[in-house]
Amino acid sequence: MTFFEMTGTVIRSLFKKPATLMYPVRPGKKSSLSRGHVTIDPENCILCRSCQRKCPTGAICVEAKEKTWQIDRLRCVVCNACVDVCPTKCLTMDTQYTPPMTSRAGIYRTPVAGPKKKAPAATVPAAPAAELAEE
Amino acid sequence: MSKQVIIPFGPQHPVLPEPLHLDLVLEDETVVDVIPSIGYVHRGLEKLVEKREYTEYVFIAERICGICSYIHSNTYVSGVEQIMGLEVPERAQYLRTIWSELSRLHSHLLWLGLFADGLGFESVFMNAWKLREHVLDELEATTGGRVIQGVCKVGGVRRDISPEKLDEMVKGLKELEKELERLTNVFLYDRSIASRLKGVGMLGKEDAYYLGAVGPTARGSGVPIDLRQTGYNVYDKINFKPVVEMEGDSYARCIVRAKEMFTSIDIIEQCVKKIPDGPVDMKVTGAPNGEFFSRAEQPRGEVIHYIKGNGTKHLVRHRVRTPTFTNIPPLVKLLKGVQLADVPVVVLTIDPCIGCAER
Repeated sequence: MTFFEMTGTVIRSLFKKPATLMYPVRPGKKSSLSRGHVTIDPENCILCRSCQRKCPTGAICVEAKEKTWQIDRLRCVVCNACVDVCPTKCLTMDTQYTPPMTSRAGIYRTPVAGPKKKAPAATVPAAPAAELAEE
Repeated sequence: MSKQVIIPFGPQHPVLPEPLHLDLVLEDETVVDVIPSIGYVHRGLEKLVEKREYTEYVFIAERICGICSYIHSNTYVSGVEQIMGLEVPERAQYLRTIWSELSRLHSHLLWLGLFADGLGFESVFMNAWKLREHVLDELEATTGGRVIQGVCKVGGVRRDISPEKLDEMVKGLKELEKELERLTNVFLYDRSIASRLKGVGMLGKEDAYYLGAVGPTARGSGVPIDLRQTGYNVYDKINFKPVVEMEGDSYARCIVRAKEMFTSIDIIEQCVKKIPDGPVDMKVTGAPNGEFFSRAEQPRGEVIHYIKGNGTKHLVRHRVRTPTFTNIPPLVKLLKGVQLADVPVVVLTIDPCIGCAER
């Protein structure tokens, strides 16, 4: 049994930098594997719906007619299942978290290219962005 | 006999991060009886198994608890693998063992911090959580998640750890071990902590056994139950001894957890030395048809996952018995006879995790 068992640790801590970060002024420590949020490369999406089927929380909604890909950030549990299953690797995992929200929002919707036609001349036009913005 | 009064403890209480309600029957300041009640955070996760595919359910099994998350997914996955008769690659088994021990390490550090906070020793609380941050960084660097790792899947694991990273991890843990010694010395040798905890909340060996105590609660009372000795994952290839203390008081349970952290570091080092090369996952086809009781040692004790499938993608039944649930009868026993002022500390010594217990 002793007294002052913590004293050594306390003195050492006095001469060290703080162990905490001033988040969000300074970004948090992240590794290359960190799961922050899902991002999409709209050019390569072929609207196959694999991500929608594999999503355990139903956060992803793919509209083949309107050629849009939508994710509800507040439903997404960042499990990486969609990124693993994506056949064209258009989904990637960003290492940083999405910023905090003050209201129930977080639905991110983007027009995507859709399946590539074989004839290179007939490129598929992206879904009209103006209409989406109004929604 | 003096008049009895009932004092409600919880579901909102400064020492409890989660809602557990205890009706304390007091005579003067002494607790003579306890009526526990749970049911504040029931989420019905077991029922969800009928609506999700068995491969997707791993994510939900992992979210049963926010602290022992990894071991829940590991237990569920190994149960499904046993039903389907899958031979998981050995490297994956070693990786699972490493992550299990890292998760035990961070859980015990979290508990030591919360416990010190419960005692009013706030600097130790901050110090323990600072060390825990190192373990969480290791978990994030190898799996991608801090507390929800999401790295287990049926048939193996989703991430491999490179040999360089493994060596680096062991080096980091060696340094952590020195810091940990300084931290645990406070619990092992400091007079104020010992005088606060010794002889408080006694649970005898017989009682611990018959009331179904598990994990550090049982081992603190001299019952040498450690599910890791059954040799799931690759624990049968690792040399380790479960930490057992004979006294059965709050101090003994604290010491068990403090010493177990060093066992965890030792197990990780042995795993890194023995880990073979090879694939980390395998192709899984078909669906589980049959039933299995999968058992594992969580930081808080033994967890049992009962899994029943009927050959379709959706399981029929999934039942989890978590360590906190079975530690509640011992908690009632060890609260009898303590002073009202000691109740928060004694409740903390079983490491209650109500999110687990109610699922």
